Amino acid sequence: MAKRVGVEVSIAAADAVGMADVDVVAAYPITPQTHIVEHLSELVANGELDAEFIPVESEHSAMSVCCGSSAAGARTFTCTSSQGLALMNEIVFIASGLRLPIVMILANRSLSGPLSIWNDHTDVMSVRDCGWIQVFTETGQEVFDHVMFAFKVAENPKVSLPVIVNMDGFILTHVIEPIEYWEPEQVKRYLPTFAPVNALNPDKPTTVGAFGMPGIYSEAKMAQNQALLDSKGEILKAWEELGEVTGRYYKPVETYKTEGAETVFLSMGSTGETVAMAVDELRAQGKPAGLVKLRLWRPFPFDEFREAVKGAKQIVVLDRAVSYGGPGGPVASEIRSLLYGEDNMPGVTNFICGLAGRDVTPKDYMAMYHRSEEMLKGRVKQEDYVFYGVRE
Amino acid sequence: MVKSEEELSWRDLEVGCVVSDPGNASQYKTGDWRSMRPVVNKANCIRCGICYIFCPDMAIRKTEEGYFEADLYYCKGCGICEQECFTRCISMVPEEE
Repeated sequence: MAKRVGVEVSIAAADAVGMADVDVVAAYPITPQTHIVEHLSELVANGELDAEFIPVESEHSAMSVCCGSSAAGARTFTCTSSQGLALMNEIVFIASGLRLPIVMILANRSLSGPLSIWNDHTDVMSVRDCGWIQVFTETGQEVFDHVMFAFKVAENPKVSLPVIVNMDGFILTHVIEPIEYWEPEQVKRYLPTFAPVNALNPDKPTTVGAFGMPGIYSEAKMAQNQALLDSKGEILKAWEELGEVTGRYYKPVETYKTEGAETVFLSMGSTGETVAMAVDELRAQGKPAGLVKLRLWRPFPFDEFREAVKGAKQIVVLDRAVSYGGPGGPVASEIRSLLYGEDNMPGVTNFICGLAGRDVTPKDYMAMYHRSEEMLKGRVKQEDYVFYGVRE
Repeated sequence: MVKSEEELSWRDLEVGCVVSDPGNASQYKTGDWRSMRPVVNKANCIRCGICYIFCPDMAIRKTEEGYFEADLYYCKGCGICEQECFTRCISMVPEEE
């Protein structure tokens, strides 16, 4: 039986990376990711972890180093937030194009300006189309488990794609939670040695990052997109195996009280637990509310999502980012798009809430539930959305 | 390269588009980018090789007689050789179909 300890989630995340026997960590400290990187630096400095810790001068360099080390066949990790992700943006897209299985924890934080260090999803939504596998976590335990999961999926030769593990800044990174650490035997059983599909090697020289002329670029993008779509089968297998090893089973779309639910909330990340409290209260009042939590964001779990919202008359999409001038928050836009034209398409309302750490309580979600019902009495247009709780 | 770029399907590409046949860029014909072609007047050429040194694409070769001439498979017609030539023996002439 693995031991359960009270520990700050950032420290546990770093310990998980260490237990995964990472070879190279290249990162630049940024709030609220700092404790993860600091602790990894300590583990290396204390000789507890045999890895290269490369303290780069910027996140752009961090991701560049990660591409190099991953291409050389090293198990590679980095971690960032917000502005750091924005600075490394150029190389983030290259990592997936080159199919380099780098693992990154993104401690979600709002993008400047105004400058803010607090939590929302504006950073990750800015790289929605970066081609990485992207998962969201709700608790510290999920973060720990998903570090192992991320390495397993990324390095699977049938996948060979980088993975972002999203964890909400402060709400997860800075809280102390009871977390069950894996035993070394569990790690050994779950995570095979990294055997890269391509590795830079003078005995078998390859060119990585070559030019792609107009005659080949579209084929390259088709192949990359197909690889991301095809990764889903391996992702499901990796979760299944994780369940066998730990007893904790994860799904691309988690549901809470969706049976008979007519109004279903859609959340991502740590807000799920708060929304569940609102759902409990609404159910106690006899309201048919339910909750769908999107764990897998890319590749999007189309079938599982449609199944989860089957029978729902309305979906209340909670967006923690803004698509300025667009048809709603980034999540709601996709939900409306994928449901478009379906028989008995549910109404979709969209609340942009919880920006930059603004507290959203169960009471707020209940208010959204009622407002959503009101909105759906009229005809909700595709572009209808509400900035929840903004002072007039 | 077994197949040319135009013959490759997306399924043929290697993971991450790595090139496992190093140096195959030499098969890529850049000569058809050219609109002007360097022509050498051997009468004025002193065989100094300044054109060879300055050619940014290493597309100039030394002939057996010691003159320098552009390899038109690669020469993009940039005109740097004409610009640098001490004796002005290189002139760029329009490519005609």
